[in-house]
Amino acid sequence: MEPVTGRRITYDARGLAEPDADVPHVSEIQNGKAVFDAGPLSIRQINLELRDLIYEQGIRDVTVQNPGAKHSLGVGILQRCRITFEGSLGYFGVGLIDGPEVQINGRVGWSVAENMMSGVVVIEKVAGSLAGAAIRGGDLVVKGNVGARTGIDQKGGTIIALGDAGSMTGFMMQRGRIVICGDAGPGLGDSMYDGTIYVAGTVKALGIDCIPGGWTDADTELLERKFRIYGLGTPPAFQKFVCGKVLYNYDNLEPSERKLVIH
Amino acid sequence: MCGIAGIIHRDADADVGSEMTRMLQSMKHRGPDSSGYALFGPPTDLVVMRFKLADANDPRDFDFKERLERHRQEVESRLSKIGASVDRVESETEYAYRATVRYEGDLKALADYVEDVPGCEVLSLGHSLEIVKDLGDAQEVSDLYGLDGFRGTHAIGHVRMATESDVDISGAHPYWAYPFSDVAVVHNGQLTNYFQWKRRLERSGHRFQSECDSEIIAVYLAEKMAEGSGLKDAMQQSLEDLDGVFTYMAVTEDSLGVAKDEMAAKPLVLYESDELVAMASEEIAIRAVLDHEIDTYDPYERQVLVWSR
Repeated sequence: MEPVTGRRITYDARGLAEPDADVPHVSEIQNGKAVFDAGPLSIRQINLELRDLIYEQGIRDVTVQNPGAKHSLGVGILQRCRITFEGSLGYFGVGLIDGPEVQINGRVGWSVAENMMSGVVVIEKVAGSLAGAAIRGGDLVVKGNVGARTGIDQKGGTIIALGDAGSMTGFMMQRGRIVICGDAGPGLGDSMYDGTIYVAGTVKALGIDCIPGGWTDADTELLERKFRIYGLGTPPAFQKFVCGKVLYNYDNLEPSERKLVIH
Repeated sequence: MCGIAGIIHRDADADVGSEMTRMLQSMKHRGPDSSGYALFGPPTDLVVMRFKLADANDPRDFDFKERLERHRQEVESRLSKIGASVDRVESETEYAYRATVRYEGDLKALADYVEDVPGCEVLSLGHSLEIVKDLGDAQEVSDLYGLDGFRGTHAIGHVRMATESDVDISGAHPYWAYPFSDVAVVHNGQLTNYFQWKRRLERSGHRFQSECDSEIIAVYLAEKMAEGSGLKDAMQQSLEDLDGVFTYMAVTEDSLGVAKDEMAAKPLVLYESDELVAMASEEIAIRAVLDHEIDTYDPYERQVLVWSR
């Protein structure tokens, strides 16, 4: 007699977590510099190797070969050091960092450098959406295009893209600078609270409460300095955009006071 | 979340079954509930019909097998009655079948007549399209249906994390664009005007087999193409008509297309070379079939891209 049941499917919802992974200890270390091949390693193993080199062995220059577009590599490094990825990263690469100088000789997926506190991230090719989301400080330089919602919720620091930017760039940004050398998609600076956006190309449409800003010498000085630091040549002519500060959150009343207003 | 993938070889045939399995399996974390394939093999004069008579997780009562056998015979009988000459009916699991028939008539009439058999759902109809979908990850589905040896020109696939409709085969992607031959869709996202479009399309005579919003896209494209639109035009128009957040892929017998909504809220990574075009929700899926360093990019909002062989 057949069992009264259908086909049962089971799966491991923990995905790639690997809570029991060990440090693989696969790096070659010479003159204070470490190199390892990430190709055969899992995400967890790569991050464990990085952390072991930087925190336990005191290495300040690490090269990661063959990252293979894996996700979440190099996250949470809170130490001044230099990390070079020889290849592309997947989503959430080098997020939550405070201090490292990161060179990525490839492209990155969504949310690179999310929540960076300080440091430098330079990407040689393109970046997906949400590049530099919610960064508090540091510089993020992308030498190609960036995707939608670049610099969303940005609270400080500078994002520079040498190519185009997708829709809603600077959405709800609160401080810091976004520099787009190409064109910007629709909804630029939508609902921004503060900060500055520079665009050299065309802007498809400004977002709500984003308006052209007046140019000052400080803008010129900032752009020339950043371009000089990263060897980007002479800055092109930019338009400047800032917050118009006319949205509801810029009135002078506290929410409790607003209730008392009688029209 | 869900993950979608597509690949089209510009000239040669390839092992698209095993390629799609590797792409989908690398994105298992995006959707472990079910996996599905729309595979395009060499075109044939015969019509290939994939259908199921029960779901993978239906309760097996005591006459389950006998009932399915009766229904399978009824499907064959109805195919003959409607004028189709049955070449072969193969059973791939205890509930899913692959039939090849010689048939020149109206595919909608055929599908409607066959689906009138209790429990029957036509998963795909076409001269080269074959939709295979079931519960579990891609490797499980591939093993179950023997997809590793499937050679063809292009394919799309989907791994599903069920959100709003049931975990069953009917809720799994890809969706065949009933009743249009050789058209299928996979989708990542949510459509917010789903019920509005469902009612509108049902009034036009289309049928829906699931409660999944993604099925709308397939039927929507089918209707547009039946009215004379090409694939790219139909996809372009969908950006105006469909609300919500989405990235979807559509395939026909010789084309593969992708569309992104105006907010670009769902991911897609693209790779193009002289030999092939591959795309997926995550780059690791593309790298699962290309073992060398590659340059990829993300399409922007409101982009519709179509590649044809």
